[in-house]
Amino acid sequence: MSAVTKEQAAATDTTAPVSALPKMKGRKVCVHYGEKQALFDVDIDILDKQVTALIGPSGCGKSTFLRCLNRMNDVVDICRVSGDVTLDDGDIYDSKVDVVHLRARVGMVFQKPNPFPKTIFENIAYGPRIHGLAKDKTTLEETVEKSLRRAGLWEEVKDRLDQPGTGLSGGQQQRLCIARAIAVEPEVILMDEPCSALDPIATATIEDLIHELRENFTIAIVTHSMQQAARVSQKTAFFHLGKLIEYGDTEQIFTNPKQEKTQGYITGRFG
Amino acid sequence: MLQWIFLIGLLALLASAYKIGTGTALGRASATGERLHSLPGYYGAYTVLWAAFPALVLIAIWAILQGGLIEGIIVSELPEKLRVLPENELGLVMNDVRNIAAGAFGTGDDVDPAVKAAAMHLRSLEDMSSWAMLAAALAAAAAGLFLARKRLEPEFRARNQVERIVMWFLMGSSTIAILTTVGIVLSLLFEAWRFFEQIPPLDFLFGLEWSPQTAIRDDQVGSSGAFGAIPVFAGTMLISLLAMMVAAPIGLFAAIYMAEYASPRFRAIVKPVLEILAGIPTVVYGFFAALTMAPFFREMGDLLGFDVASQSALAAGVVMGVMIIPFVSSLSDDVITAVPRSLREGSYGLGATKSETIRKVIIPAALPGIVGSLLLAVSRAIGETMIVVMAAGLSANLTGNPFEAVTTVTVQIVTLLVGDQEFDSAKTLAAFALGLVLFFVTLILNVIALHVVRKYREQYD
Ligand SMILES: Nc1ncnc2c1ncn2[C@@H]1O[C@H](COP(=O)(O)OP(=O)(O)OP(=O)(O)O)[C@@H](O)[C@H]1O
Ligand SMILES: [Mg+2]
Repeated sequence: MSAVTKEQAAATDTTAPVSALPKMKGRKVCVHYGEKQALFDVDIDILDKQVTALIGPSGCGKSTFLRCLNRMNDVVDICRVSGDVTLDDGDIYDSKVDVVHLRARVGMVFQKPNPFPKTIFENIAYGPRIHGLAKDKTTLEETVEKSLRRAGLWEEVKDRLDQPGTGLSGGQQQRLCIARAIAVEPEVILMDEPCSALDPIATATIEDLIHELRENFTIAIVTHSMQQAARVSQKTAFFHLGKLIEYGDTEQIFTNPKQEKTQGYITGRFG
Repeated sequence: MLQWIFLIGLLALLASAYKIGTGTALGRASATGERLHSLPGYYGAYTVLWAAFPALVLIAIWAILQGGLIEGIIVSELPEKLRVLPENELGLVMNDVRNIAAGAFGTGDDVDPAVKAAAMHLRSLEDMSSWAMLAAALAAAAAGLFLARKRLEPEFRARNQVERIVMWFLMGSSTIAILTTVGIVLSLLFEAWRFFEQIPPLDFLFGLEWSPQTAIRDDQVGSSGAFGAIPVFAGTMLISLLAMMVAAPIGLFAAIYMAEYASPRFRAIVKPVLEILAGIPTVVYGFFAALTMAPFFREMGDLLGFDVASQSALAAGVVMGVMIIPFVSSLSDDVITAVPRSLREGSYGLGATKSETIRKVIIPAALPGIVGSLLLAVSRAIGETMIVVMAAGLSANLTGNPFEAVTTVTVQIVTLLVGDQEFDSAKTLAAFALGLVLFFVTLILNVIALHVVRKYREQYD
């Protein structure tokens, strides 16, 4: 299925360069939480320097799939993942893979904002510090400022960088977490509903950020907003009850879906 | 014997009150065709509470007042020559009366007939009083039952009423707990005050010598008594410090291992086992310290060329540290597992390793809770007595050397109070002063711990 859609994608997608190669690939990905199966044989390509949107009704497995891409499901005791997931054609579930290194390459913004109980500055500086990205204090400060600016939070917090990140509002926390993730400069950024708590202006900032990031990074984003998916993504995958129903060019999914379920979801008839 | 029957009757009355209440409410409801406001059980419970409460209160008040009243009567009936005796001699006479009445010793001829008569009278009065009490209780229960039953109309809000009675009951319980604490503190304050009337507080708080033996008779050779509490408190601090040096790292690392690394199965086994450590009686730790650890440290000291006393602060401190490991580990484990998973994932998601995550995110997030657990362990260590008595000795040396024998506040309190003591000598009263200071130290520690733990709750979310 993916092979077919990829060709179609190349044929119909006007924005994506034809040369876009898959950065990450999922093949026959199945996930079980204990006895309960949450994902069934998902095949997806996350194209290099493109934005891939994952949409679908609540509980359909979008977050679960996203968390397979940086092995975040390892942290959940009862979770088992099978199938193949590759990053630059290397199997990320291989026993030789260094999970810590993988997660530095594939960063993540979580569905619920989870700032560390540290100052705003320390929240952003955390990643660069553990990876030794900043040579000295000034570069670290520059990185922090740049990340906060890109996430559209700088103006709001520049005077209180030494205050706890947990004291920010929900939407500010979400942007703080985005800034924290991009401060590490990962190759792939996974965003799980990054705008769910944001007002339209902040949402627009984040969408601009996504556009900007696309030049250098590969992005997968989960969203409940059809408009947002249409605005920011080149590829869209529609999930339903743990199955990938349809995957294709965003334009095609929203104007001319092949599956009836997709049609129903995007026109708001269910979900 | 018959009194038992009365008691059983009272209980039976209470039991049947439930049936009566429920039945009455149901009966009246079906008679008028209205719906009951509450479930029938609430009408029953309401009736029971109303029957039981007055009876119990009556019994309690009666029991409190009875002794004084009856004695008053007896004294007033004593012949003139006994009644005018000074108070303490009158007390002795009354003791005789009481003993004879209780049948403690025979009614031999050597006893004053007046006293004997008073004893007989006392006995009959007491009998009568307990009869009257039971009868009154029964009557009160019946009256309560009757009054409650009258109110059991279908629209009567029995459920809300029961709720209120329950609230009053709970409030009463907590009041008792608080009043008891206040009472203890007040008695401590009062006795300590008497101590400070004899020994100036500054001498007590800052004196460097502690030897509480005072001469009982004037011609006795011996010490005049020195009540400088510094050596005693220094001993407590030294031993607590040693204990914390053992318990804090071991307990904390054990907690981190259990919370972050151990498999759920291992954790399920080891955590309860560790908590059993907290259940071992401190006496057992005490003789372990005295018989096993102290000689061990002494031999170690000999080998390494240190001079270790046979009773040393070291042995007591180390064993006490082992004793309080579970306090640290169990509580720290709880606060570490309470750190939300999303924080861990946030850190892992940035490519941090497990130990980086623990060091930089989890411990800082859980720190206030960990500090709380450490402070709790410290108050435990300060209050511990048994181990120190057995392993660290009784001599009040002012020293910072863990190889020497020291003594602690609690141990001194024990030694001051065991045996026959006069309750107005400075020696005995010193125990209360020590207790008071100890109480304030642990109180302050607890307040800090509570404060820190409360702050911790605001940390995330
Ligand atoms: N830790 C977990 N333990 C057990 N079941 C889980 C766990 N996480 C997710 N699931 C189950 O997996 C399924 C997919 O969940 P997932 O979080 O991926 O949904 P989602 O598509 O992200 O939904 P939403 O849009 O509401 O975020 C759900 O049925 C959920 O109950
Ligand atoms: Mg989700």
